[in-house]
Amino acid sequence: MSPDRAQQEAAWLTTEQHNDVLRLAAGGDWTISRLSQLDRELRSLPASNNPVEIDGSALERLDSAGAWLLLRTRRQMEAEGAAVETVAMPERFKPLIEIIARGDEKSYAMQQPMAHPFLFRVGRGFMQALEQGYNMLGYLGQVTAETTNVIGPQKKLRWVAFANQIEQTGINALPIVGLLGFLIGIVLAYQGADQLRQFGAEIFTINLLGVGILREIGVLITSIIVAGRSGSAFTAQIGTMRVNEEIDAMQTMGLNTVDVLVLPRVLALVITLPFLTFYADVMAMIGGAMMCYVDLGISIPAFMRQLQGAVTINTFIVGLVKAPVFAFVIGLVGCFEGLNVERNAGSVGRLTTRSVVESVFLVIVLDAGFSIMFSILGI
Amino acid sequence: MIVQAGTEGRNDPVIAVRGLVTGFGTKIIHDHIDLDVRRGEVLGIVGGSGSGKSLLLRAIIGLVQPRAGSIRVFGEETGEAGNPDMRALQMRWGVLFQAGALFSSQTIAENIQVPLREYTTIGTGLMTEITAMKLAMVGLPADTAWKYPSELSGGMIKRAALARALSLDPELLFLDEPTAGLDPISASNFDILVRDLQQSLGLTVFMVTHDLDTLYATTDRIAVLVDKKIKIGTIDEIRRDPNPWIQEYFGGARGRAALAS
Repeated sequence: MSPDRAQQEAAWLTTEQHNDVLRLAAGGDWTISRLSQLDRELRSLPASNNPVEIDGSALERLDSAGAWLLLRTRRQMEAEGAAVETVAMPERFKPLIEIIARGDEKSYAMQQPMAHPFLFRVGRGFMQALEQGYNMLGYLGQVTAETTNVIGPQKKLRWVAFANQIEQTGINALPIVGLLGFLIGIVLAYQGADQLRQFGAEIFTINLLGVGILREIGVLITSIIVAGRSGSAFTAQIGTMRVNEEIDAMQTMGLNTVDVLVLPRVLALVITLPFLTFYADVMAMIGGAMMCYVDLGISIPAFMRQLQGAVTINTFIVGLVKAPVFAFVIGLVGCFEGLNVERNAGSVGRLTTRSVVESVFLVIVLDAGFSIMFSILGI
Repeated sequence: MIVQAGTEGRNDPVIAVRGLVTGFGTKIIHDHIDLDVRRGEVLGIVGGSGSGKSLLLRAIIGLVQPRAGSIRVFGEETGEAGNPDMRALQMRWGVLFQAGALFSSQTIAENIQVPLREYTTIGTGLMTEITAMKLAMVGLPADTAWKYPSELSGGMIKRAALARALSLDPELLFLDEPTAGLDPISASNFDILVRDLQQSLGLTVFMVTHDLDTLYATTDRIAVLVDKKIKIGTIDEIRRDPNPWIQEYFGGARGRAALAS
């Protein structure tokens, strides 16, 4: 061993050939923060079956990682047929080396399980999507059956929870729904006016607003906000209860989770979403009227007259009739995903995201379905 | 468990608490308590529910800020747990939380490797070997490495969390109710494991526990939190204390059974 080297490096290894015997001298601090270089050196030792001596006399500090390196080297050399002897290992390191040597040799050859091939994952994803759809359908049936029970002759709806949910999903959503409706009205009026002005048909901005907002955009925007706001909250609330085993506790007490958790939420949403949609419609009209006044100089009475001619009560009803359906889907998906949560923290986040994405997707798909239906019915 | 003392002297206490006061709102939990933990000993902390056992542990590791008093670990004043100045100190201790606190989005192997990745420069090959070694050390089968915490039983989670706490070879180990929620066989195996590791690695252990069997099986001294104060001594010394809570604790049916075993 060279003293120079010992001063430069806090942990070192020297190899020396004495006749037949290869002498490995370890010294310094063999602790985890200094081992990356030694690990490479030890791995690159040439294979041979000559006798080996491992000298630990110059070791100052040794931790379990360092002891493991010594042990690994020893086992590796023994596997190659060399006779290995450890000499001059300080007494104080022996218990540590022993406890590490006690480990099962096989356990150190830790094999990572094979990653699944691409096709396997595609197939599994498809089957999971099918299963998810199947389960959701089953769940839809269950909730529908329970709903008829609750609003049927027995009338056992949980009113306190229901009222609480109305407050949370409806009243507390008023500011954000109103603000976004108002802004959408402004944006639509501004862009519409800009385009229609080229034909000298600015006045039809009001028709665009009336039909666009009342029939489609009002209810869509409201549904998307509610999916992001309340649908995600349903999943997170119920999911957290699942993690805490509260759902299991309810079931063991004979409480029906659909009754207690799902119906108050879904029904509250079915009631509140049409009202929120109406509110968003009104706010969007106010925003549009303001923009028409500022940008096009159309007075409020003129705006009202034009609006009256542009839309019928049917336009308004067509928009509003979709709201309870969307609400039912949002509530259903939110609760369904919440009940699917597994008992780990990551699951709540993952399923909350999935719940929002699924409900927004379903809302838009249903909206397209409604459009086709209304056009066939000629409304 | 690095087998050599650091800069501080061999006989200095590993943890030195002086005049510690903690509390919530108007309620005082610890009223000017002093506590020394000696190098290489297993100290058990006992006390009734709400006596502040876990709070004391959390104050020492910096998760709770004391209202008054000083806490020194390895001779250094401790600060808030998130403070970067605490890193050097944090590398020298490991904490086993009551419910394991394994990161649920990571496999057991990744959990054990978190401190290794953060604080060392070792390559992936050696890192895998060290992970396997730690798993073997706490008595878990090698295939546990690829499982997620949600797939393990309570006892296995405790062992995996212990492996993570030991991954940087700390000199000081904090255990918060290590045997709570384990069946008696697993609990007694865990006691043996802790004692075993403590002796071969030269650890100092600070252990909060309710478990009388654990106290008898593993600790060198115990500290009892009663009436906002602390009493420290060997089990025999403490058992002679006339305090009614202590008498009931050790003299009750469970206390006598643990003593007899």
